[in-house]
Amino acid sequence: MARLNVNGRVVEVNASADTPLLWALRDHVGLTGTKYGCGVAACGACTVHVDGVAMRACAMPISAITPEQRIVTIEGLSPDGNHPVQRAWRALDVPQCGYCQSGMIMAAAALLAEKPRPTDAEIDEAMSNICRCGTYNRVRAGIHQAARGTAG
Amino acid sequence: MSITMKRRNAFKAAGAVLLGFHIPTADAQAQAVPEVNAWVVIHPDDRVVMRMARSEMGQGTRTGLAQMLAEELHCDWARITTEYVTPGQSLARNRAWGNFLTAGSQGIRQSQDIVRRGGAAARVMLVQAAATQWGVDAAQCTARNSVITHTPSGRTLRYGQVAEAASRLTPPANITLKEPREWTVIGQSVPRLDTAAKTNGSLVFGSDLKMPGMLVAVPKRCPVFGGRVASFDAAAVRGMPGVRHVLQVGESAVAVVADTFWQAKTALDALPVRWDGGENARVQQATIEAQLNEGLTATEAFVGNSNGDARAAIAGAARRIEATYSYPFQNHAPMEPMNATVVWTAARCDVWCPTQNGEAALVTTAQAAGLPQNQCDVHRVDLGGGFGRRTTHDWLADAVLIARQIPGVPIKTMWTREEDMVQGRYHPITKARMTAGLDAQGEITGLHMRISGQSILSFVFPTALQNGRDPVQFQGLNAGGTEGAIGYSFPNLLIDHAMRNTHVPPHFWRGVNHNQNAIYLECFLDEIAHATNQDPLALRRKLMANHPRHLAVLNAVADRIGWTTPPPAGRHRGIAQQMGFGSYVAAATEVSVDASGRLKVHRIVAATDCGVAVNPRQIEMQVEGSFSYGLSALLYGACTVKDGAIEQTNFDSYNVLRIDEMPQVETIVMPSGGFWGGVGEPTIMVAAPAVLNAIFAATGKRIRDVPLQGQDLRR
Repeated sequence: MARLNVNGRVVEVNASADTPLLWALRDHVGLTGTKYGCGVAACGACTVHVDGVAMRACAMPISAITPEQRIVTIEGLSPDGNHPVQRAWRALDVPQCGYCQSGMIMAAAALLAEKPRPTDAEIDEAMSNICRCGTYNRVRAGIHQAARGTAG
Repeated sequence: MSITMKRRNAFKAAGAVLLGFHIPTADAQAQAVPEVNAWVVIHPDDRVVMRMARSEMGQGTRTGLAQMLAEELHCDWARITTEYVTPGQSLARNRAWGNFLTAGSQGIRQSQDIVRRGGAAARVMLVQAAATQWGVDAAQCTARNSVITHTPSGRTLRYGQVAEAASRLTPPANITLKEPREWTVIGQSVPRLDTAAKTNGSLVFGSDLKMPGMLVAVPKRCPVFGGRVASFDAAAVRGMPGVRHVLQVGESAVAVVADTFWQAKTALDALPVRWDGGENARVQQATIEAQLNEGLTATEAFVGNSNGDARAAIAGAARRIEATYSYPFQNHAPMEPMNATVVWTAARCDVWCPTQNGEAALVTTAQAAGLPQNQCDVHRVDLGGGFGRRTTHDWLADAVLIARQIPGVPIKTMWTREEDMVQGRYHPITKARMTAGLDAQGEITGLHMRISGQSILSFVFPTALQNGRDPVQFQGLNAGGTEGAIGYSFPNLLIDHAMRNTHVPPHFWRGVNHNQNAIYLECFLDEIAHATNQDPLALRRKLMANHPRHLAVLNAVADRIGWTTPPPAGRHRGIAQQMGFGSYVAAATEVSVDASGRLKVHRIVAATDCGVAVNPRQIEMQVEGSFSYGLSALLYGACTVKDGAIEQTNFDSYNVLRIDEMPQVETIVMPSGGFWGGVGEPTIMVAAPAVLNAIFAATGKRIRDVPLQGQDLRR
């Protein structure tokens, strides 16, 4: 049994200690916005915030997380879907299939929290998430738009 | 009501109440509000529901189809939503919704007529219902933004007020569709209908499905294609946490069924399995390469396109140029691995899954379920990527075979990424020997393109072969037709294919055979241009006099990139064109290669003539996506065979393009009208050749093998 602080709520998770945070979130907490893409921390579809930092939940066992650490998923990024990144994403129609976009948005939000006006090079460095549809140029534009605060 | 139906509805009701989730299906909708016709349901509050047969996998078809419906329906665009019809409903109604196949870039172009007619018929019925209510002639009424107006009196009725009455009317016998110049919705870059749910985690993909009592199955097939399970020790893992069942699936797979994915995967990883790969376990990459090499010079080959006598022209030519190219196996690798949720009973089988072809999924379901199609159905969800992989349903068959062993229990079968990588349906492997004969002035007198390698149709639809010949092999090389006509005229031409199939299953993969065919032809033409001191654009123009649409897109990218002016310092240009999936595309690129051989693609200019452009912004997104997918293939895409199995198991060994390598893309949408071309695939055809030609301009190195990874690009 593990206790996790997810989106501001403490939840009890009855899962083995080696269960990755991703599967605790999806199969135990019931939050399926965070996606499984590779299971080896290569694609970033599972990106969540742990104490504000973008982390790949598929490779992080729940035993490595304390009840005090604040986990935020796409469902908890904003109360109404109006985080600047989400607004920019809608304004630019960034997603295509959408499967990688929770991870993209969480990575972008963490980047902007750390660097409010990221350069293209900083975006390249921070956004290693994989998108197979090819939304990359709109992801970049969306981050810049969110940074300017001109979204929506 | 039968017991089965009760059970099925109980699932739906429980799903809705207990988990706050259910899949809206057309039959549930129809019970609540009568349809105006097969395509349109209008609620009393004017909400318009468009039913769709094609699938949404990111390509924007949902929005484009809704635009075409709304164009003729004259409804309020802000109130339009969509839902999937099931293939079972279509079967029961004599295929009222037409073809479900969402592939070959045909979601829009092959649906436009039936969808626009559906919208127009519904509008006529709604207007007639209002006219009848008023006791006036329908010809005196107009419809706009879901409001019907009786022009002489100024009276109005909303669609929602007359939809039920309209549903009882006989559909009109004759429908006149609007002329393109009258369009107000088609051609507009309206925002996608499905973006919001993709920004807050609320869109439910197949792998997100939850049902009461549901268990999760994680399967593993024999890594060697065509192999089988020799034995497995279920007892070794049966006691592991959450494990409910350890099963054999058909002859070739095993699966662990548990309460959660992680429990099932953990037990599967621990399950001792012995595989029997059979003869195929001896196949190595070198075995396949040798097989293809033999085909390059084989006597027998299927002819795809020919005119004149190319062999004689080349034999008698003053000068001859030869080169051999190759294109590897590649995995589709959509972001969402294969999955399907199945409830099987002896009387009925229901499937919830992402698929590019609902009807084919129903056929597979019924076969695997051992039930007639009318006792099965497929409830679709949006796809986490498709790219062709989800037009075939090997994964679904296995999911049904698993659920069939656990009657009445919802089973969500999920593939791991590793399973998705090694059990793919791969881009076909081919090689090509290109031979050109030149006269003393360097003009091409004859061209022979010998393709050697895998045929998709011989694996997927062997009945579609034409006396053994695979016509799809020659995409982009045909003498004419809508699906891939060559853009050049040669005095003597021979394009033929020595079919050399392997045990690795090939499949349609975004761009399909255009991907290699365009590299082979466009790069070889570039070789000829450089060998004869001609400008690559000028050489092409000489050969394209009889191909004005091909030439128009080529000229457009040349103009935009400034072909006649020097590129910025350190950058070099390449150009390519191709026609396929009903559309004409071209690309011009600017790349640099640094002293260490590191490639950077700075800029791509792309032009598309798709005849009619339904949503230009969606086209731009598909063009960008085509470069992303095509450049991934060029830079990294290769699956190789060792001991009969695919060696690449995840994104760490099968790399793909990321944001730092994505070039700037400028898209020219230039619809010339009069035809409907596809959009999702065409641009991928020119991605690789335009970059490869620029690499030659930068380095003097002619790269003839995909991928670039592992090749030295230093000058």
